Amino acid sequence: MNQEFTLTIFSENSIGLLNRITIIFTRRKINIDSLTVSESALKGIFKFTIVVDSTEQMAKNLVKQMEKQIDVIRAFYLTEDEILHQEIAMYKIETSSLLETNLIEGIIRRYNARILELTKEYTVIEKTGHKAETQELFEQLKPYGVLQFVRSGRVAITRLKKEHLSSYLENLEKEHRDPVTV
Amino acid sequence: MGTQTIEEKKVAQTETVNVTGSDALLLSLITEGASTIFGYPGGAIMPLYDKLMDYKDKLKHILTRHEQGAIHAAQGFARVTGKPGVCFATSGPGATNLITGIADAYMDSTPLVCITGQVFSALLGTDGFQETDVVGVTMPVTKWNYQVTKAEEIPEAIAKAFYIACSGRPGPVVIDVTKDAMMNKCDYSYKRCKYIRSYIPEPRVNNVQIEAAAKLINEAKKPLAVVGQGVILGNAEKELLDFVNKSGVAVATTLLGLSAIPNNHAQYTGTVGMHGNAGPNIKTNDCDLLIAIGMRFDDRVTGVVAKYAPQAKKIHFEIDKAEINKIIQVDAPVLGNVGETLAQILDYIQPKQYPEWLAEFKACDKVEYDRVIKEELHPADGKINMGEVIEVLNDSAKGDAIICTDVGQHQMFAMRYCNFNSTRTWVTSGGLGTMGFGLPAAMGAQFGCPDKKVVSISGDGGFQMTMQELGTIAYNKLPVKMIVLNNNFLGMVRQWQELFFEERYSNTPISSPDFVALAASYKIEGETVLDRSTLKDAIERMYNSEGAYILEIKVTAKGNVFPMVPAGASVSDILYGDENKK
Repeated sequence: MNQEFTLTIFSENSIGLLNRITIIFTRRKINIDSLTVSESALKGIFKFTIVVDSTEQMAKNLVKQMEKQIDVIRAFYLTEDEILHQEIAMYKIETSSLLETNLIEGIIRRYNARILELTKEYTVIEKTGHKAETQELFEQLKPYGVLQFVRSGRVAITRLKKEHLSSYLENLEKEHRDPVTV
Repeated sequence: MGTQTIEEKKVAQTETVNVTGSDALLLSLITEGASTIFGYPGGAIMPLYDKLMDYKDKLKHILTRHEQGAIHAAQGFARVTGKPGVCFATSGPGATNLITGIADAYMDSTPLVCITGQVFSALLGTDGFQETDVVGVTMPVTKWNYQVTKAEEIPEAIAKAFYIACSGRPGPVVIDVTKDAMMNKCDYSYKRCKYIRSYIPEPRVNNVQIEAAAKLINEAKKPLAVVGQGVILGNAEKELLDFVNKSGVAVATTLLGLSAIPNNHAQYTGTVGMHGNAGPNIKTNDCDLLIAIGMRFDDRVTGVVAKYAPQAKKIHFEIDKAEINKIIQVDAPVLGNVGETLAQILDYIQPKQYPEWLAEFKACDKVEYDRVIKEELHPADGKINMGEVIEVLNDSAKGDAIICTDVGQHQMFAMRYCNFNSTRTWVTSGGLGTMGFGLPAAMGAQFGCPDKKVVSISGDGGFQMTMQELGTIAYNKLPVKMIVLNNNFLGMVRQWQELFFEERYSNTPISSPDFVALAASYKIEGETVLDRSTLKDAIERMYNSEGAYILEIKVTAKGNVFPMVPAGASVSDILYGDENKK
């Protein structure tokens, strides 16, 4: 049975690794729903957050294939209840259409959104939240004419105190006092 | 600056010297123990080829007639020696001609270090002459790859390449080096790579897993071990033999596991898979414990997965954790190098024997002999059969030759009927099934083992794919014995057309040149065998010839390989080929 999994991958910062990781999905004809990359809390170690819709068995296999990549340190698959996650969305609306009614204040309050920029021509609204929430705001704003809309990929952190990776790396370093790396 | 100056300074000592990137690369190879390089020069790699002349006494470069020949030769070399194969190719077409071999090595876990030339770094991404994104193109088929654009990166990149190619589950590595990186100077010192924090080549052996597996083995009534190439790659032949002897289990091998255990061993029951033996295939679905050792449950081994040994408990000895539960769910995974895990489990298993269980395999052998083997190996009349040729070759080779095959029917006959006494004497393209592999692989095997007899067995189709390497064989006076089983068909595809495509022989009849005359033009000896009565003497002449020898044997046109587990069938649903005759 398919369900949503968030894969987190910790890696060295090496050129082409993103390609190696996405090949694992394309080869199996699995669509990536969302992907973000950024440096993790550990200096020099990068964290990929990838959302896929798959079976648990497939998610397990994907993680093993990721870890098989030389520059990947560890990879994990996580379910909804193991993580906190957010996406950010931005909406550009024609300012004049917003001014025609007085509903905009209610919308901004209700959705905990904020106005980033306001010009005579357009207004940019920003909202963070789950996809369902940013989508709902999109639907609300539709009648005003959404000129532009963008949503980021998911960022996620686990409900554990420290990064999954920290203790693993500490143990590794203990075993290899004199690491040799390119 | 003379060769010896640099070399003596560098290889012997650890001080830093200032050299070109090409020098650094070649010195790195020497330090890693490379001695033979297969390759082909071209524009972007010219600085490296120029410097090769200064290291002639340490590095032997074999000029093949095509880059595909070079990489298959490197594969053959690696498979028989256990050392990494090294090959050179230039940018663009040179590099893309390596791809088939890289993909083949990736599937069959062969350690290779491929060095490709690349255009000047300033030209990268500009569609320069002979520019191909080699790192991009080889990414899906390499264990690791890396582009070097600065001379000073070379020693570390090469050190990492050898470490990654050879450690853990081996595989091919590509290092793409820009022309300016070869030409520029750098301070060279070499430090072998022994650790990369993001790469754990061998999972640590877990005693809990060992004990769990041992418990299953001790409780089993009908255990069957299926041995893959992992045993050979892990140099674990002795550990396997000890395990087999003590545990008493029935043993089968996969296509690539052949030669890991002598096939005259009392508990050896044959090969598994599509054209494997009836016994181990049928008994896969009858055993109560399946012990997979260094194998990966390829679809040619399992048949339809849902019907693969559903009744059995399963143990999987494996170094690559991504293989655990990838295809077949197992009860007891045992992660680690099989050399270690098999040695460790020995203390936990009870000595046992299973005479009745082994007798069941003998009963299957009898059926297979009566329905398939007897007619294949001892036909009353008609043209020569492929299987017969292998049987006669056994009389000369006595299980001691290195057998290299191409891909197709002859390969399956060789797998079924060749005898093997010792390890690393069987070189074949398994996972990728690369036609054209056999001849250049045999060439590389001969370079790797100059004192052994190397026999290449090909079909008329596959031989024509890489037969330009006759030039390399002739020039280097390699005593490779070449058997071409000529049925004027692309036999395996024809067999499938006969069985599954209503005998519509689309593009499988194939013509050939006069192979013996062709070889003669390279001053290679040979003869054609048309008749059974002359087969034995001809094979003996070939086998005992001083130099290279080609033996073209005209075989029956529409011979089929049986038994056969058809695609999509269960391994115990075997066709013997005589079903319609009954």
